[in-house]
This record gives sequence, structure tokens and C-alpha cells, in this order.
Amino acid sequence: MTPAPENGRRAEKLPRAGSRFRNVIRIRNFQALFGRFGRPGDLIFASGFMVLALALLLALPWQVVWAPRTRLYMQPGFWPGVAIACMVLFGAGHLLGALLSDRRPGWQAELLGWARSLEFAGWFLVYVWLVPLGGYLPVTILFTCALAFRMGYRSWRWMGLSGLFALGVVVGFKSFLQVKIPAGAVYAYLPDGIRTFAMVNF
Amino acid sequence: MDMLMSGIGMLMHWDVLLALLVGSVGGVVIGAIPGVGPAVAIAILLPATFAMEPLVGLVMLLGIYGSSMFGGALPAILINTPGTAVNALTTYDGHPMTKRGEALRALGLAYGASFTGGVLSILALILFSPVLAKVAPMFGSREIFLAALLGLVLVVLAHRGQTFAAGALAGLGIFLGTVGLEPVKYTQRFTFGQDWLGSGFDLIVVVLGLFALSQAFDLLSSPESAPDAQPIRGRMGRAMTEVLGFKRIAGVGAGFGVLMGMIPGVGEFTAQFLSYTYAQKTSKDPDAFGKGSPEGLVASEAANNAVPAAAMIPLLALGIPGEALTAMMLSVFYVHNVIPGPQLFQGQIDFVYALYAAMLLLNVIVVAFLLVASNGLLRIIRIPTRFLGVMILVLSFVGVYSLRNSTVDCALAAGFGVLGLVLKRQNLPVVPIVLGMVLGGIMEVKLRSGMARVRTFADFFDRPIAAILGLAILALLTLHFVGLYRENRNRET
Repeated sequence: MTPAPENGRRAEKLPRAGSRFRNVIRIRNFQALFGRFGRPGDLIFASGFMVLALALLLALPWQVVWAPRTRLYMQPGFWPGVAIACMVLFGAGHLLGALLSDRRPGWQAELLGWARSLEFAGWFLVYVWLVPLGGYLPVTILFTCALAFRMGYRSWRWMGLSGLFALGVVVGFKSFLQVKIPAGAVYAYLPDGIRTFAMVNF
Repeated sequence: MDMLMSGIGMLMHWDVLLALLVGSVGGVVIGAIPGVGPAVAIAILLPATFAMEPLVGLVMLLGIYGSSMFGGALPAILINTPGTAVNALTTYDGHPMTKRGEALRALGLAYGASFTGGVLSILALILFSPVLAKVAPMFGSREIFLAALLGLVLVVLAHRGQTFAAGALAGLGIFLGTVGLEPVKYTQRFTFGQDWLGSGFDLIVVVLGLFALSQAFDLLSSPESAPDAQPIRGRMGRAMTEVLGFKRIAGVGAGFGVLMGMIPGVGEFTAQFLSYTYAQKTSKDPDAFGKGSPEGLVASEAANNAVPAAAMIPLLALGIPGEALTAMMLSVFYVHNVIPGPQLFQGQIDFVYALYAAMLLLNVIVVAFLLVASNGLLRIIRIPTRFLGVMILVLSFVGVYSLRNSTVDCALAAGFGVLGLVLKRQNLPVVPIVLGMVLGGIMEVKLRSGMARVRTFADFFDRPIAAILGLAILALLTLHFVGLYRENRNRET
């Protein structure tokens, strides 16, 4: 059905405008078949992924060895090439879909949501950095209580529960299951009687 | 029969039974906590199982895998929040029943149906195993390559509405698997001269980042929620037996679970969908579905709990994991130099039977546990979500750091955690990355060895199984594109 002309535009011009975008509409229909429901930030993710895929494609010739007199499927670069080709082709489809989808407001809030996770990645890395220095048990108790405090659990009850949880994790994994976590450097300063015990179990 | 008895004998050791008990009960508890799920738990526990005997480690992980869906039904029914993703359909009928004051009945039906689905699927597989033992040796390099390719194609096509994204992410997964030292000519690929990239991306680091850390970041950065649920009153055992009134639906649901579980990349969601649709179409009261229908509840729970046992089939028989959880379990096999595949079914069928017997036993343990502990589990549901995030972050450290005591691994896992969070917020799938990583590695090796005697393209398909797999891939793609074409035509008209 032809839509009614708006603002005095002539009706006969509309089919021409439609034909101009027919290919785009076809692509849009094709994309709609994949049932894309874009979320805020969809275009940013799709663009970022495409940039990564193209960067890897550009790096392909010099990041793999191309062996002479070797069949294509035996080439060290063949399989990364297949992977990158998939990334580029499907990534382009995804980006096209994002471009043709209706924009949804709120991409700034979405980016903020992504960025907020970086704070907790930072907490995690500080924990990783501290364990070999301060020892698994003390650092885990400190870390759990500090993060629980940061997240708003500030009563003595929650601090106690956090400490107990940390103790349980260390005893369960390090003392009981003997997982490989190095003893903290600080344990070297403990008295002779308990130094080895602490190094092995905590 | 001798092999079956030998398999049961392998199970009868205190460490194996303890691992099964811990895994089964732990799985129910983990499943009952919305926001954790078996993938997070298995990812965290994986490195801890490396020090155990293969059967002990696998039985513990299987316990978590097989029992988490029992636990996941509890919050799905009581507070309308699925404990695991596959319990989402349970909320459709389970929660309306709770609102009608039938919480005990709904839980009893869900547990009963899960038990029926789990047991029927294992019995079917025990009967089916001799056939598998005959078919598995017919899989050479080409067939395994094609089966892995079929798995990848299915994973991409199964994400309908996200096909492009799933394909791109599967490509990313394959790429991640290629970084580092290449296995044939021992050259470096995509290391950019960095030593820390020389050994490539460890699957467990990627999995822990994408599943556990991303979940922790998501919970920590989301608003607080502490759900509450009313205690359940009445006799759970009697409520469970009501499932006997829905034998046909539970049986068909289990059948769909077995079939869909065996096909790589398909899994619980399709099984549930088919089972639920069947139950609705054959019901005398189809309008009640989605509004508290006991039949809908039974159909959904019987199908999803039949999948774990069946999902072990491609893993054990061909060494091809069908989804993320079995991909993680594959690393336990590799660490212990137990190579799943045709040889396992030929030479160590008792090991396979031991795993089946463990799955059978875990269903019994879980039901016994739920008979007495359902009300106790309600306390776990009440853990505030942000505190849960703190707990997952602390536990994730054990999983990543205990692998190689590497700070780089932890940094990479944190990076994948952020990626996982972005994908989750964008409603994009994570599983294609994991399967791309695992299946890509298998495909590269098998293609190289499979091409040794191939001169023309047709030679690749000159064996019956290879031809069948090739045709299956072709048929799937054709059906997909025909479907798209028809949909497009309907849209235009």
C-alpha cells in the first residue's frame, strides 16, 4: 500500500523514492529474517568486532608462517585464515544488521554498564597480585571483607559472614583439595613451628 | 553384562562415591541459586579435579551437571526465577501453580519428571551403548572432522535470530584456539612477538572468564536483589509420585531429551521446546499451558533432565563435545591422557558404563536429598545477588590461578570476563566461542590427517558415515536457507 503524501509532496514521486531504497529494504527484510533485536550499544559492539576481525585479517600474512611447497590445508596459516574469514563474513552480516536495525536509545548507559565491570576486573587483579605476597588466607579474608564492604554489606554480621566464607574457601581448596596456590612471601616471617603448616595449608 | 558389572565395580570406591555425593548435592545447591548455574561451578572446580583420578573428577563434574536442573526448578517454581537457564520454561507453568497455592504439587511434579527423564535416558543409553561400540570405530579422521563441522553448523543455526553473531563468535573461538604454537610445523601463530601468547589461550581460562567472571561482574554491577519464598508444607514424596499420572508425556519428553542431547550443538532448549509443543498439541486442555498446566511442567522438566546423559554420547564416542559443559569435561579427559573417542568405546566400555551408573545413582541421591532438604534450600535462594557476586569472584580466583599460578592467565580471564559481560548484556551467545575453540582444534588436526589419502573433493565423502554426515550438513544448510526464503516471501506478500 502506498503511503499518503506528506507536506505537499506529490504522490507520484514516492514510488521512485521507494525504488531507490528497494535494495536496502530487501537487505533489511533479509536481515529481519534472522530476527535481529538490537539492543542499545549493538552498533558499537558490531563495529568493534568488525575492526578486530579486519585487523586480524591484515595481520594474517605476517603473523603466520607460509611454508613453501606445502598444500593449502597443511599451511600453518590455513586454519587461522578460516577462522578470520568466518569472523569477517559473519561479523559483516552482524554489522549490517546493526546498521539497518532501528536505533534504540541508551547507548551511553550501556557503555557505562560495560565500563563498570572494569572496576571489578581491577579488584580481581589486585587480589591476584596480593596473594603471592600476603598469603592466600589473609589476602582472601581481607579481599572478601573489603569487596563486601564496597558493595554495601557493612554490618558486623556481613563482615563476619564474609570472613567465614573466605576461610571456608581457603580450607576447602588449599587445605583439603590441595590446589596449587603458592605460599605467601609473608609466611617466611612466621615462627618456625607454624611456618611450614601455614605454607602448606593456607 | 560383564562390562556393565565391571563398570559398576569401578564406581564402588569410597572416593568415587564421595565425589558423586558432593557433586550431586553441590549441583542441586548451585542450581537452586539463581545466577550461578552449573557452567560457573564446573569452570571453578575444573582445575581442582585435575589432581583427582579421572573417574573421580568426572563423576564430580557429572554430578553437578546432572543435578543442577533439579535444583534450578525450585526458584523457577517458587519465585518465578529459573535457577539455571534451562529451567526458564519451568516458570511458565510452575510459578502459576505456586500462585494457585499448589507449590508442593508443582515441585513434586518437577522433581518426579526430572527423575523420570534422567533415569529413562540413562537406561536408553545403556541399551544403546553396544550399538555405539560398533558404530564408533567407523569414525575415522574425515568422519570426526565432519561431525565436528556438523556440530559447529548446528550451533550457529540453532541461535536463530543471532545467526550472524553466533557465526562470528564461533569464528573468534576457532581463532583463539589457533593462537600460539601450531601442532604440525611448530611455528608461532598470532603471538605478535609476545612470550605470554606463545602457549596460546587456555580453554579453562577462557571458559572461567566467559562464564564465572562475567557472571560475577554482572552481579556486582547490577542492582541488588534478595528474593524471598514461602516455606513448602506437605509430603514431597507423595507429590513426586503424581508424575505417574503423566507417564506418556514424561516418556516422550525423555525421548526428545535423548535425541536432542546426542546431537552436538542442540541441547536442552530444543528438547524442551519439542516436548512442550508435543504435550500441548496432545493435551485435552491446551489453553492451560503457560497458565499452570501440570502437563507443561512435566514435559519441560522430563526433557531437560534427559539431556546430560545423552550429551555425553558425542563426547565419549567421538571426542566431540556438543555444548559448553561437555567441552569443559573434555579437558579433564585430556589432562589424564584418557582420549575420548572410538577407542574408548572399544577398549574401555566399562569406564563408559561406570559413568552411566554414576548418572543413574546421582538421580537417586538427588531425589533423596530433595525429599528432606527443599525447605533448607530456600535459605540459599535468599543470598543477596551482590554478595553472590563477591563469592563467585573469590572462587573464580581458585579456578584460574591454580592452573599455572599465572598472573597473565588471571588478566586474560578478567578480559574474557568483561567480554562475557558485554555479550550477556547484548543478549549474544557465549557458547559458540567455547565450542569454536574446542571443535576448531579438533577439526584442524582431523582435516590434516583426513586429507592424506584424498585426491579429489569427492574422495572425502567416499565412506558411508562421511557421506551421511556430508549430506546432513548440506540438508541442514538447505533447509535453513529455504526457510529463510519462504519467510522472506511471506513477509513481502
